[in-house]
Amino acid sequence: MDLNLFWFVMLGILLTGYAILDGFDLGVGILHLFVRKDEERRVFMNSIGPIWDGNEVWLVTFGGAMFAAFPDVYATVFSGFYTPFMVLLFALIFRAVSMEFRSKRENRQWRSFWDFSFFAGSTLATFLFGVAVGNAMIGMPIGPDKEFQGATLDLVKPYPVLIGCFAVVTFAMHGALYLYLKTEGALQERIHGWMWRTFGIFLVFYLFTTIYTLAEVPLATRNFDRHPWVWVVVALNILAVANIPRAIYRRSPLYAFFSSCATIAALTFFFGVALFPELVHSSLNPEWSLTAHNAASSQKTLAIMRNIAFIGVPFVLLYTAAVLWVFRGKVKMNQFSY
Amino acid sequence: MRLCDVDCVIDCRPVCGNNSNHRNMDLDLLTLSRLQFAFTIMFHYIFPPLTIGLGGLMVSLEALYLKTKDPGYERAAKFWTKIFAVNFAMGVATGIVMEFQFGTNWASYSRFVGDVFGSALAAEGIFAFFLESGFLAVLVFGWDRVSPKTHFFATCMVALGAVFSAVWIIVANSWQQTPAGFHIVTEGGFARAEVTNFWEMVFNPSSIPRLLHSLIGAYILAAFFVMSISAFYILRNRHLDFAKKSFTSALVLGAIMSLLALIQGDLQARQLKDTQPAKLAAMEAHFKTTPGGTGLYAFGFPDENEETVKYGLKLPNMLSFLVHGNFHQPVNGLDKIPRSDWPPVAMTFQAFHLMVGMGMLFIAITLLALIYRLRGTLFQKRWLMWAFVLIIPLPYLANQLGWVTAEVGRQPWIVYGLLRTSDGLSKAVSASQTLSSIILFGIIYFLLFLVWIYVLNDKIQHGPEEPHTAAATSAGALADIAGMRAGTGAGSLTMPGDASSDRVKPPSGPGRGEDGPNSRQGH
Repeated sequence: MDLNLFWFVMLGILLTGYAILDGFDLGVGILHLFVRKDEERRVFMNSIGPIWDGNEVWLVTFGGAMFAAFPDVYATVFSGFYTPFMVLLFALIFRAVSMEFRSKRENRQWRSFWDFSFFAGSTLATFLFGVAVGNAMIGMPIGPDKEFQGATLDLVKPYPVLIGCFAVVTFAMHGALYLYLKTEGALQERIHGWMWRTFGIFLVFYLFTTIYTLAEVPLATRNFDRHPWVWVVVALNILAVANIPRAIYRRSPLYAFFSSCATIAALTFFFGVALFPELVHSSLNPEWSLTAHNAASSQKTLAIMRNIAFIGVPFVLLYTAAVLWVFRGKVKMNQFSY
Repeated sequence: MRLCDVDCVIDCRPVCGNNSNHRNMDLDLLTLSRLQFAFTIMFHYIFPPLTIGLGGLMVSLEALYLKTKDPGYERAAKFWTKIFAVNFAMGVATGIVMEFQFGTNWASYSRFVGDVFGSALAAEGIFAFFLESGFLAVLVFGWDRVSPKTHFFATCMVALGAVFSAVWIIVANSWQQTPAGFHIVTEGGFARAEVTNFWEMVFNPSSIPRLLHSLIGAYILAAFFVMSISAFYILRNRHLDFAKKSFTSALVLGAIMSLLALIQGDLQARQLKDTQPAKLAAMEAHFKTTPGGTGLYAFGFPDENEETVKYGLKLPNMLSFLVHGNFHQPVNGLDKIPRSDWPPVAMTFQAFHLMVGMGMLFIAITLLALIYRLRGTLFQKRWLMWAFVLIIPLPYLANQLGWVTAEVGRQPWIVYGLLRTSDGLSKAVSASQTLSSIILFGIIYFLLFLVWIYVLNDKIQHGPEEPHTAAATSAGALADIAGMRAGTGAGSLTMPGDASSDRVKPPSGPGRGEDGPNSRQGH
């Protein structure tokens, strides 16, 4: 297999893993303020307590892999997105601190403050991820020297903002499906209603985003003619989306959650298809785009890293699964809880 | 490729992208970007050395528990795990920033080194981060979900992950100090380093010595950290059995590691003579090469403009002895290096000398404590216990200063001999953007620092679980220390009356394994 293609796919896998895993814990944060009782908010935080930082490692590894495999993309995107990425970092840090800090005092204002920053950090981070994806979909002003030539405000356009909102509603639904699995009793009954509502909002955004993308973002579908098999994934995606309400209705929440995972995987897949073989499309001149070939590391490095991945990834999958297995089941509070 | 090839590379430098007259324009951006990197990396490095060192401690405590079934070891392991978790979470939160920052602020550098540096960073992600954070969940939250053996395994994996993490990040950093196993490829006017030999890159000349030195530094910090908390409990007559056991084992570790740091540090300095002579000369403020033996400044104030050291104490011929092993062979000074390639001399000199001075202090205080321990009077020496409580900022500082020496001493290069720091900046980022992010980092890190102190204090105040515990309120441990210093002066033998007035304090008999009722139950 072409090494450049291999690493393009690997980045896609890491991004998908991140979106699915951190997706539900960001979603829990987005929904955090919709419960009012302290006990219920503790349940929310503890539902993701042991696993959120493991989930965030997927982002860290995605960044590291991008640095190693496509240094030019890493350099261009990270310096081009300077201000939004800094804000993203603050959001992620604030979110982490909120969980750690909230439980330390009983005081009501204290807890409200950290509750709000947990919600705001989660929502802002999700929105900014969406904005970044949206900008990648429509292309960025990249010059012949591979440098970003725009200003920060150039990144705020209707389509990226739409994708940012779409990301928020998708993760909110994903988080609600996850919370239903982790809760019991009256709280779980209420979350049952949330699943319907978040799914409804998701569906509206999903349809609107699809129509907008087909109409206004020609880049997104350029590969569909060349690779017709992509339509299979489109069909699977529609089935996955349709299966969410079916599974909620039939009270099989695990299927609903897996369908939501599949939906997110399909969406990141479409993102990859839209870009391929480019990683960053230049809106100034298509010739200046950063591709899996002109922005990559040497074949030797790509091969070394492929070997590292072959050794490391099976272990990663094995103990990610093991840890999720250990912490399966309903949230139980004990002396180690937040 | 070794450093002998570097000379030709320096001549190729203009193709690296930036030209030199661009540099003045970017001075502000350069200063700000360096400031931001220094600030964020130094803040980050508060946490990893402690988790590396504590990881080893937790593994040994749990191993002892599995072997002896003494619940005292389990309680100790649980306590240090809580402390570990707080520091680990901080390390993760601040570590993500580091990983983003190469791309955000040092994009030209990232393009230049990505082929080499990136694979080490990716290896760190795949081998270390997943291992650490996956098993950390079991370590912290899994006590009642998995068997003690599985828990022990998770602890080993987390400790291993912390060391792996150190390995890869120091490999990457060492490559910046002493590049090897690469060649320079120029394509379309852009030059970059590409790997030619992966293992030569990994085992570049400074990798192993610098890794050893960093790990030793981490173990010294962890040992002093454990001793500081244990000494505090001993002074407060709390958790005595736990505190004395912890103190003694940490003392042995601390003494060994402090001595090792001296020996290993000396070997490392010798390697500098061959690989980074400018850094060595700056560390010693050795301006002029003179025939015969070269002296060593024990302390002093280097003046770069006059090229002299003021108010210094010079030990004749000592530098020759340390570097060459004899008293008469001269050591090359900064005069052999073009002025434009000098690192900031005063800062490198002071950082290095302060670190060494602190190292000497660590050796002295641990040896002194060992002598008292052998005589059996250590825990009655309240002044020494106070010294151990209060000394804790110094090992943190020593770790930081070691890195200041390494990184400032490498200037003006971001990759030694290959790429100047000023050529490594992001072109798409402005000085004002960087200034705003510095301010934001300043705010959030200040807040994080408070969180860390607050939570750490909470855990220390709570202490390890006791066989029989009663609830009692307590003022902050750190407030106690502050009150002690303000009220009665450090080293005093009396207990403070005002700093913790709401605290029940019936001192239990010294030497008894049981503690008084003044430890409290958690939430």
